[in-house]
Amino acid sequence: MKVGFYPGCSLEGSSKEYSKSLFAVAKICGITLREIEDWSCCGATAAHNLNHDLAIALPARTIALAEKQGFEQIVIPCAACYGRLAAAQQAILGDESILARTQKNIDMELTGKVQLLTIFEFLQQYIFPVADKHIVNKLNQKTACYYGCLLARPKDLTKLEHPENPMEMEKAMEKAGASPIDWAFKTECCGAGFSMSRTDLVAKLSGKILEDAADRGAESIVVACPMCHSNLDLRRPEIKKQLKKDINIPVLFITQALGLSMGIPACDLGLDKHFVPTEKAVSCIVKKEA
Amino acid sequence: METEIGVITSHCYQCGKCTAGCPLNEDMDIKPNQVLRMLQAEVPGYEDKLLGSLSIWLCLACDTCYSRCPQEVKLSQVMDFLRQESVRRNKVNPKAKDILSFHKAFLETIEKNGKLNEVWLTLNYKLKTLNMMQDVNKAPSMFLKGKLNPIPSRVKNVSEIEKIFKRVSENEGGNK
Repeated sequence: MKVGFYPGCSLEGSSKEYSKSLFAVAKICGITLREIEDWSCCGATAAHNLNHDLAIALPARTIALAEKQGFEQIVIPCAACYGRLAAAQQAILGDESILARTQKNIDMELTGKVQLLTIFEFLQQYIFPVADKHIVNKLNQKTACYYGCLLARPKDLTKLEHPENPMEMEKAMEKAGASPIDWAFKTECCGAGFSMSRTDLVAKLSGKILEDAADRGAESIVVACPMCHSNLDLRRPEIKKQLKKDINIPVLFITQALGLSMGIPACDLGLDKHFVPTEKAVSCIVKKEA
Repeated sequence: METEIGVITSHCYQCGKCTAGCPLNEDMDIKPNQVLRMLQAEVPGYEDKLLGSLSIWLCLACDTCYSRCPQEVKLSQVMDFLRQESVRRNKVNPKAKDILSFHKAFLETIEKNGKLNEVWLTLNYKLKTLNMMQDVNKAPSMFLKGKLNPIPSRVKNVSEIEKIFKRVSENEGGNK
């Protein structure tokens, strides 16, 4: 089974481990991901902040390439990229004049009909039906499932049943033998694209998230967005300064957590690439009882 | 504005849920519900106040406001529109300078490569803001963990991307 794959820029740079762990999990489950050839950046926050047409044209170029290369479905693991591609698709499918203008802007044929999958939809369709036979370990830890904004909102794009209290990740983590905690900050914003321009605000917002997870006894935080990961992991020193306390809870991508439950070695999941050490989360793991 | 972006601000009845849920409301000079009220009332001078506010740049587009709005007013789209107008009319709040520099550095990197390269983005941002020392302590460990690619990966034919940038700027960014 071959599914199209749009990595986006983060998965080639600061979040390589998200891509690495996704491929490792897909491989064990017999799923081949094929990268869209010559994809480009989705435009991210910068494009929709500064230029409405550009914010549609950049993702539309990738959608047009996917169509040309014959993909019916593409998975977009990055929550932010997914949000931009889905918003562009909604705009071009909803208004013929936007479609025509976008075709002109990108100088390519475009229908906008390729199916875009969030990481949850991909797991649901391709991984969970076969996951049970590959899960050999129990994560055996209290975990805080953190969605952030773009996996939950806006609900017409994320297609979640309960955007205020989604349970998709919790279900995945239960499969992997973890105990998801009930907590208050799972869909709060981490500060997103302010990582460099307003690091103080990222420390403030991510600090609240981390503190609530810690207060409720989480031993790990599971995420599915490169920006959330980098704000909670790479920005931990700034968060510690803000909170005036040391919280050492590691932050795992959902695909790393699933990979660990499937017995994939930590280094093949890129756990060595994190700034907050992940050993504590890995040491909780036990063999699953037959 | 309503005809340009298709968001009907008059639907807002000022319940204040947007401001209550906004993660950065305490840092905003004009609260989210006040932004909508100003657009409704059009009291003279409201345009300059909104376009020169810090709030429009602090909005993270997290969409908490829209998802909780009983009237489904897409405030995040209003904010996008106000930011673009603020740049176009040269009204950007001085305190938002770094935020805008980051967005501009980001887009310039995309225009030149078609993809984002975090090393290029960082250098470009630092040149714009002169925050030269920011995060220098992070670079070595990021590099050792293989998270920084000094040589940018690019699309095959970068001129395709440059042309997209050119076409959308000729349309004055759409804004519609």
